[in-house]
Amino acid sequence: MMPPAEGQNTREITCIICPLGCTLRVLLKGEGVIKVEGNRCQRGIIYAQGEVKPRRTLITVVKVYGGELPVVSVKTSKPIPKDLIPEAMKVISRVSVKAPVKAGDVIVENLLGLGTDVIATRDVKAV
Amino acid sequence: MRREPIRVAIIGAGIIGASISRVLSMFEDFEVILVEKEADVGWGVSKANTGIIHAGYDDEPELYPLRAKLCVRGNEIWRKWADELDIPVRWCGSLALAFNEDEVNILKTLLSRGLRNGVSGLKIVEAEDIKALEPNASRDAVAALWAPTAGQISPWDAVIALVENSVANGVKLYLSTEVKGIRIKDGKILGLETNRGFLRADWVINASGIYADKIAEMVGIRGYRIRPRKGEYIIFDKEAEPKVTRVLFPTPTPISKGVVVTTTVDGNLMIGPSAEDLNEDLREERSNTKSGLDYVWASASKLVDRLPSKSMIIRFFAGLRPEPTGGDFIVRGYDEVYGFIDAAGMRSPGLTAAPAVAHMVSEILRSLIDRELKRKDSWNPYRKRMIRFSELTHSERSALISKDPRYGRIVCVDEMVTEMEVIEAIKRGATTIDGIKFRTRACMGKCQGSSCMHKIALILSRELGIPLWRVSVKGPGTEIGIGDIKVLFEEGDQCGRCRET
Amino acid sequence: MREMQRDLTIIGGGPAGLAAAIKAWKLGIESITLIDESERLGGVLPQCIHTGFGLHYFGEDLTGPEFAARLIGRLKETDVEVLGGAYAAEINVKPDSFKEVYGYRYGEAFKIKSKAIIYAAGCRERTRFEAGILGERPSGVYTAGEAQTLMDIYGILPGKEIVIVGSGDVGLIMARRFALEGAKVKGVIEIMPYPGGLIRNIVQCLEDFGIPLYLSHAVAEVKGSRRVESVKVMKVDGNLKPIGPGFEIKCDAVILAVGLRPRIELLARAGALIDDATGGPIVNDWLETSIPGVFAAGNVLVVNDLVDYAAEQGERAAESAFKLISEGDLTRSGAKPLIRGRNVRLIVPQLVSCLQDVVFYGRVSAPEENVAIRFEEIGKIFRLPAVRPPEMFRVKVPASDLLRLRCEKLTVNVMRLEA
Repeated sequence: MMPPAEGQNTREITCIICPLGCTLRVLLKGEGVIKVEGNRCQRGIIYAQGEVKPRRTLITVVKVYGGELPVVSVKTSKPIPKDLIPEAMKVISRVSVKAPVKAGDVIVENLLGLGTDVIATRDVKAV
Repeated sequence: MRREPIRVAIIGAGIIGASISRVLSMFEDFEVILVEKEADVGWGVSKANTGIIHAGYDDEPELYPLRAKLCVRGNEIWRKWADELDIPVRWCGSLALAFNEDEVNILKTLLSRGLRNGVSGLKIVEAEDIKALEPNASRDAVAALWAPTAGQISPWDAVIALVENSVANGVKLYLSTEVKGIRIKDGKILGLETNRGFLRADWVINASGIYADKIAEMVGIRGYRIRPRKGEYIIFDKEAEPKVTRVLFPTPTPISKGVVVTTTVDGNLMIGPSAEDLNEDLREERSNTKSGLDYVWASASKLVDRLPSKSMIIRFFAGLRPEPTGGDFIVRGYDEVYGFIDAAGMRSPGLTAAPAVAHMVSEILRSLIDRELKRKDSWNPYRKRMIRFSELTHSERSALISKDPRYGRIVCVDEMVTEMEVIEAIKRGATTIDGIKFRTRACMGKCQGSSCMHKIALILSRELGIPLWRVSVKGPGTEIGIGDIKVLFEEGDQCGRCRET
Repeated sequence: MREMQRDLTIIGGGPAGLAAAIKAWKLGIESITLIDESERLGGVLPQCIHTGFGLHYFGEDLTGPEFAARLIGRLKETDVEVLGGAYAAEINVKPDSFKEVYGYRYGEAFKIKSKAIIYAAGCRERTRFEAGILGERPSGVYTAGEAQTLMDIYGILPGKEIVIVGSGDVGLIMARRFALEGAKVKGVIEIMPYPGGLIRNIVQCLEDFGIPLYLSHAVAEVKGSRRVESVKVMKVDGNLKPIGPGFEIKCDAVILAVGLRPRIELLARAGALIDDATGGPIVNDWLETSIPGVFAAGNVLVVNDLVDYAAEQGERAAESAFKLISEGDLTRSGAKPLIRGRNVRLIVPQLVSCLQDVVFYGRVSAPEENVAIRFEEIGKIFRLPAVRPPEMFRVKVPASDLLRLRCEKLTVNVMRLEA
C-alpha cells in the first residue's frame, strides 16, 4: 500500500466475515475509507467500512432484588459505539431492578443518550 | 466425691489427634479440647495419604521400636474401631512383589521381621499364587510377601468418624484455631495462645503433624526436627479398569515402602506416592510435578500387567509426611515441661498406628498424673456413618425419598450425591466445599466439581446464612468469589488498577 | 416408585432435547416425557448470555437465554410432559425392546418404560487434571462454564486478575465478560499455534479489550497454596512440549476453557459403543446408537460449535424415533462405516445406510485453505474456502449420491485444491 498522504492514515483490522480471517489494511481519510487491501473478497471491503467506527451490542447482567435469581442478563437494543462501552458499563453497574423481570423489559432507557435501550434477555420471577 | 477434671488440649485434629481425643473421651477425669488450625478436621497429613492399614513387617524393631510395636497393635485395634465407628475399610491384604533373587532375599528378611513383630498370616508366595491373589499383578514378579492382615481405609472418613464420636462423648472441637504460643508458668502449662484467644489447659498433647517441632519449640523442646517428605499421587476414574483387589507394593528399600497400586475404599484405582525430601521450611509445598508424576507412573507400571489409559486419570495430588529426626515416632512426656506430651513424627505407618498411639498417650498421661482413671458410664463407642444414596438399591433409594423428598434431588451427578446428604454433612460440621466433598464424595468424580460446586455452594450459603460469594473451598482466603458481580465498580474500591485499560 | 409407560423418553432439556421434543410432538408421537437435571430448561443456554445463537435455526441473532426461551415457548404449546430436576440414574434395555429409565427427583423415584429414548445429556468441561496442568491445587481455578454460572446466573465475581486457559469460543467470551465487569484479564493462553475460537470472537472479545493472546503457550503450573497466586506459562514447540524458562503471570483466578467431553457415562453403562474420535456414541444415519431404539443428539453425540446443529440433530433424532415407533422398526441393514481420511479428525454419523439423505458434521485436524471435503467412493465433493479445527463443517449428502456406494466403507478426505 502507498504510504498515507497528508490527512490520511492506515489501520490494520482482521476481517471476521469468514474463516479465512483476512488481515485488512485500510487507508482512511477522516472517517472515510479510501482503500482496502488484503481482502480476498468483496465482503472484506464492506466489513472494513463498518469497522471504521466500530459498534458492538453490549451484553452484561443487571442486579435484581426480590427475584429467584440475583441478576438478569441484558443486551443493548442496538449496537453502541465501542468506545463508549466502559462508560455504559459504569452506568449499568449502578442499576438494579425489582423482580419480576420479563425478557424484553427495558432496564435502562436511552443509554448515555444514544437512543439505545438496555433490555432484559430473560425472565426473573419474583419470590 | 467428684474430682476436678483435668483439662487436656490436643493440638491437631488429624488422625493422631482425633484418635487420642476419642480415647481420652472415655474417662471422667478429662475435659478434652481438640484444637485445629484448618476449617475442618483431617486436612493436613491425614487427608493426602495412601490410606493403607499396614500389616507391620516393614519396621525394624531395633531401629524403630515404636513403629514396629504400634503398627501391629494399631492394625488390630482398627478392626474394632472401624466396626464401632462405621468407617469404610477393606481388609484386602497386601502383596509386596519381588522381581529378582535379591528382592526375594529382602522379602525373606521382612517375613522373619514380621513374625518377630507379631504379624499373623505372613507368607512368601510364588508367581502362580500371586496371580491367583491378584490377577493384575505383574507377570514378571517371581515371588511376593503376602500379608493378609493389611487393609485399605479412607483416612479422612476415619478422622471425621473419630472426631464425631469424640464430640458425642464430650470433646470440644475448636476449628480455624491456630496455636501461636503455649503459656507456661513456673514450669507448668497454663494453656494455649491462639488466633482466637487464650484456651486454658492443664495438659497439652502435640499431634500437630508437619508442624510438631514448631509446637514443641513453644515449650522449649528442641530435641527433634520434622522434615516434610512430599508424596505425589495419581487417581483414576471409578470406571477405569483394570483395578486391583489387593494392595500392591514393590519390595521396599530401607527408606521407603515405594509406590503402591491400590483401589480406594470408594473404588478408585490410585497409584503413589513418590518420595521427595523437602527443605524444612517448605511445609505447605504440595505441588504436583512432572518428574514426581512420571516417577509414580513408571513405578506403578512395574507392579501390574496393565494400568488404565492415562485419559482415565481424574486427579493428581500431593501430600506431606512428617519425617522426624531419628525416624521413629516420638510419643513421650518430658521432665523439663510438666504437662506436655508429644505424639509426633507420624510418618508411615502413622495412620495404622494411630489407635495404638492414642492408647499409649493415654497411658503416659495416666502415669504422669499418677491416678487411676475412671471410665464414663455414658461413654458411647458407636457412631453411624452418613447415608450414601449412591450405594443403595433403587428400592432403598425410593424409600428414602419417601421419608425426605430432598433425597430425590441429585446435586453431584458423577457421584450421585443428594441435597439431603449435603445438608446432613453441614449438620455434622461441614462449613466449606471441601468439608462437603470429604463427607459426601461430591466433586470427587470426573468433573472434579466443575458442574456441581456451585450447587453445593448454594446449599452452604442457604444453610449457613452467608452470601454465596463468601462460601469457601477450604476456609478464609479461599472464597468462591470476591463479591457480587458489580463489586469492581463500587465507589472506594481499592482495586482501581484492575480497571486500567 | 412412580412407574410410567411412554412412547418416547427424552433425557436432557438443552437445545437438542427441546428441539427433539417439539419435533416429536409435531410428528405425532403421543406420549413423550422429557427429563432434565435442572429445574430450568435450556441446558447451558441460560448462562450463555452473549449473542450468536440461532442464525441458522431461527434466522436471527439471539442471546442464549432468548434462544432457550423460544424453544421453551414452543414446547409449552405441546403436551410433552416435563420432569424438571430429574436425574437419570440408569438405562436398562429389556429383551422385549422396551427401555427403562430409572431416576430420581425431588420427592419421587421414577421408572419410565418407553419404546424409544433420545439421549441429549450434553457435555461436560475438561478439568485442569485432564489438561495436565501441574503445580499446586489452590482455590480460584474454575472451568469457564462454572465461572459463567457464578457470574451470569448467580451474580458473583470469581476474581479480579484473570488468566484464561484455552482460546476456544467459551474462553474468549469469558475473557470479554470479565473485562466488561472491570476485571483485568491478563492473557489468554493457547497451546496450539492458532486460536481455538471464531475469528469474530478473537476480534470482539480480545482485540476490543486489548487482551493478549499467547499462541503456542501452555500453563505449566498453578501456584498458590490456598488461593491461586500466579500461573507459570511456557512456550511450547511443534510437538506441544514446553520449551524455555517460561514466565509467571500473577492472578487470583484461572479460567479453564480446555475442551468439552460428551457425557456418555449412562449410555456407555447401558452398553452403547463409543467413538474415540468424538468421545460420543457411534451412531448410524438415524442418529441411533448401537443400542436399537436409543438415539443421541446434541453435544453428547458430538461437541458442536453451533447450537443450531444441536437443535438440528435433536429434530433428526425425533424423526427417527417417530419412524421407529410408528413403523415398529428402522432400516439398518447394510450400514457402512465412515472412514476418517486425510485431515479429518471426526465425523458423525459414523455409519450410513445409503438409503436416505445424510447430514454429516465433521471437524478437521489442521487448518487449511482452498480445500474440498471429498467422499471418496462416491466421488462427492464440497468445496470450502478454508477449514479450521475450531469450526465444524456440515455437509448434506443426498441419498442419490450415497446410492452409488458399492464398497463396504465410505472414506472422507479433506483435499487441497490447486489455487
